[in-house]
Order: sequence, then structure tokens, then C-alpha cells
Amino acid sequence: MGLTLNALTKSPWVFHVSAGSCNNCDIEILDCLCPRFDIERFGALLVGSVRHADALLVTGAMNRKSAKRVQQLYEQAAKPCLVIAVGTCACGQGIFRDSYAMTTPLDEVLPGAVAAYVPGCPPKPEAIILGVVKALAALKGDGK
Amino acid sequence: MSALIVTALIRFLIFPGLLFTAVAGLLATWVDRKVTARIQWRVGPPVLQPFYDFLKLMGKEIVVPRGASKIAFLGAPLAGLAAAALAATLVGTAALDPAGGFSGDLIILLYLLAVPSLALVLGAASSKNPLASVGASREMKLVLSYELPFILVMLVAVVKSGGTLRLGSLLAYQAEHGSFAWSISGVVAMLVGVLCTQAKLALVPFDQAEAETEIMGGALIEYSGAPLAVFKLTKAMMTMVVPVFLIVTLWGGFGHTAGSVVLGVGKYVVLLVAVILIRNTNPRVRIEQAMKFFWGPVTAAAVLAVILAFIGV
Repeated sequence: MGLTLNALTKSPWVFHVSAGSCNNCDIEILDCLCPRFDIERFGALLVGSVRHADALLVTGAMNRKSAKRVQQLYEQAAKPCLVIAVGTCACGQGIFRDSYAMTTPLDEVLPGAVAAYVPGCPPKPEAIILGVVKALAALKGDGK
Repeated sequence: MSALIVTALIRFLIFPGLLFTAVAGLLATWVDRKVTARIQWRVGPPVLQPFYDFLKLMGKEIVVPRGASKIAFLGAPLAGLAAAALAATLVGTAALDPAGGFSGDLIILLYLLAVPSLALVLGAASSKNPLASVGASREMKLVLSYELPFILVMLVAVVKSGGTLRLGSLLAYQAEHGSFAWSISGVVAMLVGVLCTQAKLALVPFDQAEAETEIMGGALIEYSGAPLAVFKLTKAMMTMVVPVFLIVTLWGGFGHTAGSVVLGVGKYVVLLVAVILIRNTNPRVRIEQAMKFFWGPVTAAAVLAVILAFIGV
């Protein structure tokens, strides 16, 4: 595993993609940055521009409008970039699965890009942190 | 002749120039992040965090937006870094050896310290992103706002030393007569200088150009990978250079005994913590508020300091 990839696991800057969520998962993501969980301990920062991102935290069941935007955002991100599905909706569309506005789940919109699934409605901040940790561990395993 | 060139290169590349200032500056940004975290009742990042960030960014993909001017987009960060390293070399050399330097290096430093901001403007304007243009225009306005009071602060040092434009002579004068900061005009100049440092380092309340929550990183929005790493490194070096520049011109420099060097580092920490506390206790102001602030009360205070220096207090 290279030096820079090793550094990436120590400073994963996250970008928050809300693909039409009910805002609950978004609040839990912000909880991760607050004093109780403080993911800056592990070098993670919330960045404003997708060009700076190392991990996209996607929340919400994607509809026909937002699926295109998620694809665009992933293309704009500088690689290597992990995608983490946060919440039941992002993992498998949740209760909106049979809605007329739905496209396909996140892992079919971004084939092969999703590194971790964090279920829960909403997932606990501990679960989100665990998801990021597991995605980074998988990245380390791939580099060997 | 070749020995001279080797010495100059070592000073530029290793100590006190590029390498030393980069490492010290990255550590200073760690202090900034750690103190900020503690103020917000968080734990904060580990000491090596800025180094991890830098390494990681060096390994990432470099995206050049379609339609952007490639040379300006990728060259701007390097110009900023070179200027910051040269400024560090000049300030550091003067602090180490007051007999060195040349007449007028104060003026050159004023220009060099403005170059990283101009490089940011150039890079942002060439990226063809509307939010980056907003950031560039704000950065330009901010440079116009704080440069006038910053030059007036330097004028205080020049007036008090009897009209020298050489950093070494400023230090020698202060070693003989006590540092300028221990007089009324010096205190006012120092306060104005700290405010200008805040704006030069683009820290809250003067971070309009990089407002993350408002224009998504502004001037830096299109940068990724190595150029972004170079911009972050330049900013870290400026965190080191600008306060040291203030210490050398107004606060007696670092001296040559072990005690005075420790005292000098203490002065730097005091300035750094002052800047961090201002950053953590103020919200971001709008750009026209920042301009009014710098051209109004701050410039008035700086002019007052110059007048007091002429009177001799």
C-alpha cells in the first residue's frame, strides 16, 4: 500500500450528498462532527466542494431528478473517492421502493463504487463512523 | 561565488526557507485546529494531521476543469508557494543575522506577502467556475482593504527607527532602544497588525473568499489533488511568516541567546493564539463590512499610530 493511500485512510474528507432524504440521516451525519463523536479526531473533515472529497456520504432514496446529480457529483470528485450509503433509503430505497418517482438503488446508479452500506432509519452516529472505518479498511485491503 | 550560491540555495530551500517554514507552518495549523477543537469542547486532530492531509492530497487525482486555462490554473499555486518561501527566507535571514539583508528588503517583503493572495485570485479566476469568480473578486477586495493599514503599520516601524528600510537595521535599532511594541504608537500598530494578519491568513471573520458554508470553498472550489495541497501548504507557511514578520519589525525579533529565542517563540505563540481566539469568537462578516472595517476604524488607528510615532511616543 502506497504512502499517499495510507495517508488517505488517516484523513478522509467527507462530502455530504443529500439525494432527497427526509433530513434525519443528514442530522445524524452532522452529529458525527459535534463534540460527542468528533470525527476530526480521525482526520475527517466536512468539505464544501466535491473536488476536495475522499468520501461521499449519500443519504436519501434517489428519485429521477437526484440520481443524475449523484452521478455527476461522483464523476466530478477526484479519485480515489469512496461512496458510502447512509440510511435505509440510500441502501435499498426503504419505504419508497414502490414509488413512481424512484429509479434504481444507489449501487445500480453508481455500479461498483459503493464501499459501505450503513442501514438504519436514521443510523446512529456510531454506525456511520463504523461504516467509514470499514470502507477505509476495505480500501487498505485492496491496495495490498 | 559558488559558495555564495550554495548558501543562498540552502537558505531558500532548507533553513529558514521552504522546508523549515513548511514543517513549522503545518505544525502551526495543527495548533490552530487543536485549539479550535478544544474551544468547541472537542478532542481535535492528532499532531501529524496536517502532514497526512498534505500527503493524501499529493496522491489524489488532479482535475482541470474543461475550458480552464491550464497554465494559470496549475501555475498559480506554485507562484504563491515560491513567494511564500522567498518571504520566509528574507524574514528568517534577517532575524538570524541583522547585519545581512539589504536596504529596501522591507518593501520587497510587503510585495512578496501579497503574492500568495494574488496567486489565489489568479488560480480561481482561471478555473471558469462562477463560485470561484465570486471568491476571487472577494479576495481581491480583501487585499485592497488590508494592504493600506498593513503598509501604515510598517511605516510606524520605519518612522520610529529614523527612516531605515532594512529589516536588519530595524532589529539593531530595537536591540539598542527596546522594541517598538513597548510604546503607545507601537501598541496601536501591533493591534492593527494582528487584525491585518487575520485577514492575510483568510481566517474567520475575514474568510469571505473561501467561505465553505456559503460559496462551497469559493476560490478553491475547483482545486483537487496536488495544486490544492500546494495552496494549503502556502497558507500554512503564511501562518508562520506573517506573525514572524510582525515580531521582527515591531516586537524586537528573536535575538541570539537561547533565552531570547525561547522568548521569541513565546511571542509567536501569543500572536498565533490571539489570531485563533479572534477566529473562534467571531462570525464571518460580509465583504463590504470587512472593507468598511479596514478602511474606516483600522486605517484611522494606523494613521494615528503613524502620527504618534512622528511625535515620538
